[in-house]
Parts: sequence; structure tokens; C-alpha cells
Amino acid sequence: MRTDTADIERPASAPAFQHLGLGRRIKNHTATVLFGLAFVVAVIPLLWVLFTLVRRGLAPMLSTEWWTHSFYGLLPNDPGGGIYHALVGTLEQTLVCAVIAVPLGVTVGIFLIEYGRNSKLARTTTFMVDILSGLPSIVAGLFIYALWITTFGFDRSGFAVSLSLVLLMLPVVVRVTETMLTIVPDELREASYALGVPKWKTILKVVLPTSLSGIITGIILGLARIMGETAPLLILVGYSRAINFNLFDGPMASLPLTVYTARKTSTEAGEYRMWGAALTLVLLIMLINLLATLLSKLFSVKTR
Amino acid sequence: MAKRLDIKDLNLYYNKFHAVRDVTLQVHARSVTAFIGPSGCGKSTVLRALNRMHEVVPGSRVEGSVLLDGENVYAPGVDPVQVRRTIGMVFQRANPFPTMSIRDNVVAGLKLAGVKDKKRLEEVTERSLRGANLWEEVKDRLNKPGGGLSGGQQQRLCIARAIAVQPDVLLMDEPCSALDPISTLAIEDLIAELKKDYTIVIVTHNMQQAARVSDQTAFFNLPAVGEPGQLVEIGETGKIFSNPSQKATEDYISGRFG
Ligand SMILES: Nc1ncnc2c1ncn2[C@@H]1O[C@H](COP(=O)(O)OP(=O)(O)O)[C@@H](O)[C@H]1O
Ligand SMILES: [Mg+2]
Repeated sequence: MRTDTADIERPASAPAFQHLGLGRRIKNHTATVLFGLAFVVAVIPLLWVLFTLVRRGLAPMLSTEWWTHSFYGLLPNDPGGGIYHALVGTLEQTLVCAVIAVPLGVTVGIFLIEYGRNSKLARTTTFMVDILSGLPSIVAGLFIYALWITTFGFDRSGFAVSLSLVLLMLPVVVRVTETMLTIVPDELREASYALGVPKWKTILKVVLPTSLSGIITGIILGLARIMGETAPLLILVGYSRAINFNLFDGPMASLPLTVYTARKTSTEAGEYRMWGAALTLVLLIMLINLLATLLSKLFSVKTR
Repeated sequence: MAKRLDIKDLNLYYNKFHAVRDVTLQVHARSVTAFIGPSGCGKSTVLRALNRMHEVVPGSRVEGSVLLDGENVYAPGVDPVQVRRTIGMVFQRANPFPTMSIRDNVVAGLKLAGVKDKKRLEEVTERSLRGANLWEEVKDRLNKPGGGLSGGQQQRLCIARAIAVQPDVLLMDEPCSALDPISTLAIEDLIAELKKDYTIVIVTHNMQQAARVSDQTAFFNLPAVGEPGQLVEIGETGKIFSNPSQKATEDYISGRFG
């Protein structure tokens, strides 16, 4: 005969569920208020920035001239003009940076994960990439200035900017590739080997497609990030109010450089150009982030 | 097609760790050989050494020889890629290629080897899926991703993928351990059919399964913790289960072990 089971059958001497005590309720409310406040404090500046940007920069967005013309021939007080020249500059510089940095970075990432795992060379490379990823953009600019312009004797140009952006972009691409390849389970590689597929083909046809979505997204987000880099621009290229398609010759505008330059013109037209260029840059980056989401969906691994 | 395997004095290492010692055994053509034994005794390691998958692990090392109808797969100059094309493998966890459709999964081995002939790929897809008893279930959704199938279907897809390249030997590492009893039976039936054309080696934790599907059984054991695993005995399945010659085998089979 057991007696300890009777506990459960004995009628309860007090209700099992009690009302929330005052202390608990006060704590609960305090916590709710604190978290709410933190949220507001974090979000207000963001909304504020966006609001200011749109309020000041909306007017240019709405004119066709803004998207089709440059500031060529405009005096500091002349209204109107367009951002086309800077858009061309930013897109060209970023594109050329991507063309150099993406294949290079993806290859390095593949080497590090698929071939060099734990080798000395791989560890050294990873270390260098880590250092490079902390490189301040102004230093990247200085380095390219010293190398490309002082040592090799080339002129300041849009291409010099692309080169400095490569320095900033490369570690991003390597890191993203590394991370995404690490996620691919070894079982998939082994499944492929077990079919008699050579390693390089396994990487190309099994591993990369599996991680493609993540790699592409990471790269595009990285590109969106470096699009706004300003420091190297200040050192490596002159500003031009005219349209210049040539990365290798002459001054070339870009969106950040336009914001910076227009700020020095303290006229109403200057304000118009500055905020217009700033909002254009933000819109462009948003557009690219959107593109990243779309591509990520497009290339993601599907199960149905 | 199906070929015999002669394993001689096989010693397997992970870096300095001696995982398996002195395994010598024969695997007969067109039969099923089961590897049984406690976890960690090196069944998977031996199995993976048979098609040179062992060396995919960094720091791993192999001594001894594995003869496929008399040809040493470890002879100098032999390309491991070719060995794996001849000795296929099915893994413990179903691992269809997530980016490929069911059809592309089945013919992945051929496609990646450069076969482009649509008609041939079509034929191989159907033949392999029929061979893996999966055709009826998936014939209407060959273009859907392989990852959308159930666990048991995925494992049969992996078997279809493995037999699509028409290997001489099929290695299976606990192919049913992640499956429900019905899928397990489906795969056991499949193994019974496949052995008409293939030489099969299967690792299993399930003693009844070994008894049901295999013609001969090899019992591996760990003599002591930290020591390399060993082959205790190998023999006709009926004999191993009814009248083993080693005490350790009897203990393991009757459940008096670990
Ligand atoms: N990749 C590996 N690296 C190092 N040791 C391993 C590796 N795989 C297995 N081992 C070791 O080798 C021994 C045999 O393992 P395994 O062949 O997986 O045994 P089983 O398949 O019989 O359970 C175990 O001691 C295990 O820890
Ligand atoms: Mg195992």
C-alpha cells in the first residue's frame, strides 16, 4: 500500500491558479515600456533620415530632366539639371569592381573551402582576408593612389576608384563564398564522388549550384554597400559635371561624389542637387537589395 | 557485370588513429554480404575503403589491397574516380542533390560524365527508377525536385541514382536506419531483386535485416576501447546466426553484448 500517491487525490486546499501579483504586474509593465522605448529610440533616427531624404530630395525625382541630363553648363544658381552623369559613374565603377572582384573572390573562396581546408596556405589566406575586411576605405584609396597613380604613373580616373573598391569588395566575396560553401553538407559531395564524378565537376555542378543563391545574395548586398563608399572617390578621381563614359580618362562623377561636391555650393540649386543625389543613391541601393532578394528566390533550392 | 571483391590485410587509419586492423574477406558476386557489429567498430570505414571513399577524409590512410575480380583498386595509377564509377554507394542518410529534379538526380552520374543523348537518358531514368521500385510513384513528377519526396522515396531515389551508372558492386551503409518499417521493407525487397545483377555489401545495425537480406555475414568487433576494430568472423548468414564459431559473435547476436 502506497501513501504518497494520495497527494494527487486530496482536494486542493487553495485554488491552483492565482491572480497575478502586483509585483509581477509592475515588472511586466516596466519591461514592456522599456522594450517599447528601445524600439522607438532605434527606429526614430532611421525614419527621420528617410523622411528628411524624401522631403528634400523628392522634387528632383519627379522631373524627367533629373534622370536624363547632367549638371553640365549649369552655374551654381541655375535650377534644374540631372544626375545621369553620376549614375553612369557609380554604375560603371561598381560594375567594373564586380567584374574583377567577384571571379577572383569566388575562386579564392572555393580554394579555401574545397581544396585548402586546414592547409597552411589556406590559413594564411584566411588571415589576410580577415585583415583586408577591416581595411578602412580611405586606406584602400590611399594604397591605390600610391600604387596606380604614383608608382605606375596613371592619371586619376574612374578605374582607379574601381580598383580601390575591389580591395573593399574582395574580402566580402571571399567570406560569403566560404560561408555558403561550408553550409553545403559533405554528404552531397560524397554522393557525387560515389557516382564517379571528379572533384572539380562536383564543385561546379553540385556544390556551387547548391550554394549559388546565398553567394549571389551576399555579393549583391556587398556591391550595394560599396556603392556608397566615398573616401576613395575623394582621392582617386576628379568630379565632373559632364557625362563621362570613359573609366580610364578624365574626371568622372558618381552619386556620393556629387553629394559631397554639391554640398559646397550653398545655394538653393546646390541643395536641390545634393539631396537629389543622396536620395537617388539610397533608391539605387534599395533597388539592388530588392534585386538580391529576387535573385535569391530565383536560385534558391526548391523542394516542390 | 557483377564482380567479386577480395579484401586482403586491410588496415585503415584516420591520421594516427588506427581504426581497423587486418581485415581479410571475400565478397561473392551476385550475392549480399552484410557487415554487422557494434557502433564504432569500423564497418563504415571498411565499406568506404572498398570504393576509395575513405581517402576523401583528410588525413586518412589505407594499407592492404582490395581486388575487384583480381584487379587491385589501390594499385598505383588507378584513378579513384573510375573505381567509384564501378563500385557505387548508397549512404545512411538519403542525399539527393537538392538543386536537381528527380529525373536529373537519377541520371546525374551520366550527365556529369558528359552523356547528352536525350533518348538514352530517358531510358536510363525509367529503367533505374523501375529498378529501385520508385517508377510508379514518381513517373508523373519527374521534373519536381528530389528533395520533395518522403524519406523512403528519397533513399530509393539514391539507389536509382547509384544503379543508373551500372556499377559492378553496390555498397550500402545502413540504408534503412533513418526509415520507417514499411520503407525499410520496400528497400529490403529491392535488395533481394538487385542481387540478381549486382554484388551488394550492406552495413546494418538491424540483425533481423542482416538475416533477411544477406547470403553471408561478417561480424566486426572492437576488442577493447581505443583498439582498432577487427573482423571477428565471416560466414554463411544462416550459420553465423545459428551456430557462430566465435563466442563474441554469439554474444552479440544473442544480445548479450553492449
Ligand atoms: N572521419 C573520421 N575521422 C576520424 N575518425 C573517424 C572518422 N570516421 C570514423 N572514425 C572513427 O573510426 C572508428 C570506426 O568508425 P566507423 O567506421 O564509423 O564505425 P561504424 O560504422 O562501425 O559505426 C570509430 O572509432 C570512429 O570514431
Ligand atoms: Mg557506420
